[in-house]
Amino acid sequence: MRTTSRRQFLKLLGATGAGLLAGRPCAARGAGTVNNDELGMLYDATRCVGCKACMAACKRVNRDSGGLAYERAPFDQDKLWDAPADLSGNTRTLIKLYKGPQNRWSYIKYSCMHCQEPSCVSVCPVSAMTKDKATGIVDYDKNKCIGCRYCQIACPFSIPRFQWERKAPQIVKCDLCRNTNLRGKGLPACAEVCPTGAITFGRRGDLLRDARGRIEANGGRYVNYVYGEHEVGGTNHLYLAGVPFPRLGLPRLPAEAPAEFSERIQHTIYKGFIAPVALYGMLCIIALRNRKKRESKGIQEEEE
Amino acid sequence: MREHEHSKEFVRVHSPILTKPFYFFLALSLVGVYFIILRFVRGIGAVSNLSDGYPWGIWIAYDVATGTAIACGGYAVAILVYIRNRWQYHPLIRSAILTSLFGYCLAGFSVMVDIGRPWNAYGFFMPSRWQPNSAMFEVALCIMGYCVVQIIEFFPSLLCVLEHSKLKWLQKAIYHFHPRHTPQDEALVRTTVEWVHSATAWFHPKFNTILIFIVALGLVLPTMHQSSLGSLMLIAPTKLHPLWHTGFLPLLFLINCMYMGYAIVILESLVSSYLLKREYEVEELSGLAHIIPWLAAVWLAVRLGDLIQRDQVALVFKGDKYSLFFLLEFLLLAGGSLLLFESKRWRSPRWLFATAVMMLLGGALYRFNVYLIGFIPGTGWRYFPSFAELMISVGIVSIEILGYQVLIKFLPVLPNPHMHRDIAHVKPPKAAEAVARA
Repeated sequence: MRTTSRRQFLKLLGATGAGLLAGRPCAARGAGTVNNDELGMLYDATRCVGCKACMAACKRVNRDSGGLAYERAPFDQDKLWDAPADLSGNTRTLIKLYKGPQNRWSYIKYSCMHCQEPSCVSVCPVSAMTKDKATGIVDYDKNKCIGCRYCQIACPFSIPRFQWERKAPQIVKCDLCRNTNLRGKGLPACAEVCPTGAITFGRRGDLLRDARGRIEANGGRYVNYVYGEHEVGGTNHLYLAGVPFPRLGLPRLPAEAPAEFSERIQHTIYKGFIAPVALYGMLCIIALRNRKKRESKGIQEEEE
Repeated sequence: MREHEHSKEFVRVHSPILTKPFYFFLALSLVGVYFIILRFVRGIGAVSNLSDGYPWGIWIAYDVATGTAIACGGYAVAILVYIRNRWQYHPLIRSAILTSLFGYCLAGFSVMVDIGRPWNAYGFFMPSRWQPNSAMFEVALCIMGYCVVQIIEFFPSLLCVLEHSKLKWLQKAIYHFHPRHTPQDEALVRTTVEWVHSATAWFHPKFNTILIFIVALGLVLPTMHQSSLGSLMLIAPTKLHPLWHTGFLPLLFLINCMYMGYAIVILESLVSSYLLKREYEVEELSGLAHIIPWLAAVWLAVRLGDLIQRDQVALVFKGDKYSLFFLLEFLLLAGGSLLLFESKRWRSPRWLFATAVMMLLGGALYRFNVYLIGFIPGTGWRYFPSFAELMISVGIVSIEILGYQVLIKFLPVLPNPHMHRDIAHVKPPKAAEAVARA
């Protein structure tokens, strides 16, 4: 009776473990494998004139599907302006102006980097953050999200934002207009409206080649670096600029994806769910043996 | 009162429920409940200082990460009793499990306050949404499972009551739902009560045989989720300060919860003995105090070895905010465990109290450092909890203490002092001396 129940327990645990493991191994696709066919954007800060047409178009197109609201400035009595100060629960993309020394000014655009191995997808406990296999778009599903904000902790770029002031809040971040402009017109709204060609939309490999070509053709104009090529395992949103990237608020990051590090440890501990099952079996055996010892000593079994 | 003769090891506390501390903690709980309601009516931003840079504040750092470690008393004592076969600690187990149960249930509850879309939490039960790569997925499932396991582990105290009491509430309920039965017409009532008695008498021994498998599960689940609470922060190598971010986070969190578990059992027992004017359980507690420094020594060795191996020792003496918090954490833990290496302190309630507090503060500070103080989201972000945010946490802790206060007066939870007189007769020596001098 006892042994069967133990065996049943173990079987049950083993089955659950196998079920868990049969799940998709998510970010860990093997180090250094980059899929250059995924969709992405190249933002060239030297071409940007800071007109913010991209910000306006983003909000116009995604306002309803993304639950975005216009953000009023304190001076704006007539509700004429959308004046976000930062990425927020209402704003997916933002243009800022960096004023450096010797008149080295530069605009910079912030939005989701669409990582090759996204931390947010790796940490989301209920699969609300997903990475599309074909397009590489990192998308968010508010109908699955529990609002735990682990994606915000995990994102090395601090891109996902939360609607703190709402009763039914959601996470807000760029999805390359996957459900809106991309579906209708084949490219994201920001890339569509950019008047100076600062935003290029396409496959990652093409964008990378384009970026390197521009650096070669115009050596003095650019910092000799394509931001996003190697950062945290590579991102699909790439940057060119004339000012060192850390000054533009794009952090210096290692080439290894954080998800790879954390999943390696997690998978080592829980490989095949063997360790927990073995631990459980061992504990059961020890506890049973201890009980027998006590019984043979003639001590009466007490409750618990 | 006759029911307790049967379950000799544990007794109910016979004292009034509506005491001054009861009203005090009730008031704090109500303030907390008020702000919790406000949070659901007006949103998280309206009550908290949380921001996109600091999306996790004290609700996670204290209520979940630290609260569940403080609630590891049940886990720590169960290891001792069932695995290391030290049955002499059995008297401590019920109160330890009860506080663990409260700690974990309320951690779960505060998570539901903290998360923005709690109505979607059913996704944890849908295999299509499972995401086994997420440490949080594992923490959530294990904590939910552990709450259930602990409720089952607590059954024996309920069964004791069912078996031996006259079940007045059941009689009243029967009269209420069957008004035709006058109090004189007692046949049905008597048979029902007898049936309940015999059913529990049949069930209780059967339950005891399988309980050991539940207990083992109750050891595996905390091992898993306490280490995973450390794994949660593995994903943020660029945001967590290098003094705290390491691949050993899961191991450090696991050992940390064990010595905190023993320390909280000591503290709880001393405080409740003091407040309820019972004898100190010095014999049992000195045994627990004996284990703590060894666990802490292993922990400190891993911690220092890791810092040396990652070549981050210079950061310890940098003198900035982070090195100060590291040193504070380190001194509390090293100091507490060094004091406990000397065996004469194990039998002094005062030293036990002081060292248990040091270990708890140090252990809790470590978790705070990992979740809040050492977390650097980037320039421009600042976080200090708002009053409402603090009161929600305070309220949740008050509910915990309130529930404990009430339940030990309803159920046989605390060890029976008369049963253990032969071993636990030691009066607090220093207190006695002080009284004698006065």
